Amino acid sequence: MKVLVTVKEVATVEDDFEISGTEIEERFLDYDLNEWDDYAVEEAVQLAEAGDDVEVVAVTIGPERSEETIRMALAKGADRAVRVWDDAIADVELLDVETKAELLGAVVEAEDPDLVFSGVQANDDSFGATGVALAETVGFEWAAVVNALDTEHVLDEGVASLRRELEGGIEELTDVELPAVLAIQTGINEPRYASLRGIRQAQSKEIDVQSLDDLGVGADDVASSLDVTAMYEPETESEAQYLDGDAGEQAAKLADVLTELGVVGE
Amino acid sequence: MTAVLVVADHRRGDLRDVSLELLSAGRDLADAAGGDLHVAVISGNVESFAETLNREGVDRIHTVAHGEEFNHDVYVQALTALAADLAPEFIVVPNSVNGLDYAPAVATRLDRPYVSDAVGLDYADGTLEVTREMYGSKVETTADVADGPFAVSIRGGEWPPAEGIGDAEVSEFDVDVDEDAVRSKVKGFEEVGGGDVDISDADFLVSIGRGIEEEENLELVEKLAEVTGATLSSSRPIVDNGWLPKNRQVGQSGKQVTPDVYLAVGISGAVQHVAGMKGADTIIAVNTDPNAPIFDIADYGIVGNLFDVVPALIEAFGGEPPSV
Ligand SMILES: Cc1cc2nc3c(=O)[nH]c(=O)nc-3n(C[C@H](O)[C@H](O)[C@H](O)COP(=O)(O)OP(=O)(O)OC[C@H]3O[C@@H](n4cnc5c(N)ncnc54)[C@H](O)[C@@H]3O)c2cc1C
Repeated sequence: MKVLVTVKEVATVEDDFEISGTEIEERFLDYDLNEWDDYAVEEAVQLAEAGDDVEVVAVTIGPERSEETIRMALAKGADRAVRVWDDAIADVELLDVETKAELLGAVVEAEDPDLVFSGVQANDDSFGATGVALAETVGFEWAAVVNALDTEHVLDEGVASLRRELEGGIEELTDVELPAVLAIQTGINEPRYASLRGIRQAQSKEIDVQSLDDLGVGADDVASSLDVTAMYEPETESEAQYLDGDAGEQAAKLADVLTELGVVGE
Repeated sequence: MTAVLVVADHRRGDLRDVSLELLSAGRDLADAAGGDLHVAVISGNVESFAETLNREGVDRIHTVAHGEEFNHDVYVQALTALAADLAPEFIVVPNSVNGLDYAPAVATRLDRPYVSDAVGLDYADGTLEVTREMYGSKVETTADVADGPFAVSIRGGEWPPAEGIGDAEVSEFDVDVDEDAVRSKVKGFEEVGGGDVDISDADFLVSIGRGIEEEENLELVEKLAEVTGATLSSSRPIVDNGWLPKNRQVGQSGKQVTPDVYLAVGISGAVQHVAGMKGADTIIAVNTDPNAPIFDIADYGIVGNLFDVVPALIEAFGGEPPSV
């Protein structure tokens, strides 16, 4: 069995930041593996550990810098890594869902996996759509917001028996035929830390870089349908009353508020 | 002329709130584009749903009676057929868990650009402008979407529910569901996270988020809850890490709570968290980040380090802070 995991390097924003034009200035950004993808990688690696013959391939769309992130997936147990990049992609300000599905779809076609794990959403652009759009693009079945997977069933019978986490503490029990894309929710497992040995080994593994040409995707296909016109800090409608001072003063003021509100008994 | 097709959301016999909000978002777009507002309601008790959905401003309701509960393969087939029939300029769906499960596939199959989780929609001169949030609600963006027809999902709670009684025409839409193409089966539902305490009963919640950093540090907020008589709840990462049981999680996929006071400590205020606690009478936030979105909905704010503020607060109530 082959499992493809889509991973994304996401930008995280420092507490104080500045926007210039339609972007946050680079110096206020840090980069990290998308939280949801960390769980997707772990689920794939656990599946590989439970079966005899499971290969895990991590794939990302990203510039050279993102190799650091995809090496995290290798360090945690992925066997191989593919990175999709091209000048034509670099020119696009915000990759839309269709483009990501198109690019990842070309990798799926080349790799022919039985299962694809993606994260439910990426915490930078939070589209929450790439996994399901990818499934439709390549004609796979799918499930979104998966928070449990019956590993034995998938390995032995080719059926993904899973749970989807709905709103309000309700879970849906669903069977999905393979090949399938599962969009993984946090909490499905406990992502491991990469071991030192894993990190060392990952450093020496080759990352297979694929261009549009390699994937047989035309430059037109990556033209985004989204044109970002503005970025700003949202106006707050709140009139929060701030409790100032040092921590002791803040705490004393808060204690007064809680007492006045009558929730803390004498 | 069909301008807009919106898709109702329901579960276990009940329409979900966002369904009526979709009608408002859809009506605005239909007005801007000059056309009718159509509603699709798929699976379940479609006749009774249609009655509720028949609000002012709705022109037609299409019912697709097929199965009791949501199945994304059925939704995709029904919506593809409906879109072929009606050629709507906009398909508008909820950014709910079910929306996440069918909308990207529908948009892909229909070859429409898909923009998710809109908090604002504006249509003029053939251009759709979508307002969205990025980086965990720290910034808002507007983007123009090229070339309709469009598919968008909207965030719950951002549009008012449609009101009034409408006079929409209700008709059954026949979809010849290709059962071979239904490759997913919903087998049932399970409620999770029962247990010792019901946080939705509490008057005073002290709620802890990822700012607590380590499981050992939980002792600090446990002590605070103890000296103030509060009940302890949390954001999702605390539960994901296994530090607190699922029944303590506040939010979209956790519990909805409506205490008199909600004290959010080290919680950023992600939309899925806020969905569960915005109904609290008084919201108080302690956070090191002055830009954290939780302050936008807070009544009282403390910009500060929880490891300094919480011990001082424990002392203010006569307790002895644990050393963490
Ligand atoms: C489908 C779906 C469903 C979801 N359902 C839920 C749900 O039900 N409930 C839920 O909570 N989330 C839910 N989420 C997750 C949600 O998107 C966020 O990831 C989560 O709410 C973040 O939790 P947090 O605020 O504790 O962590 P973070 O966003 O990491 O915030 C931590 C905060 O702590 C502050 N902080 C750090 N150190 C300190 C310190 N020393 N003192 C004070 N402050 C400090 C930081 O400034 C930051 O603001 C869901 C997501 C999805 C996709």
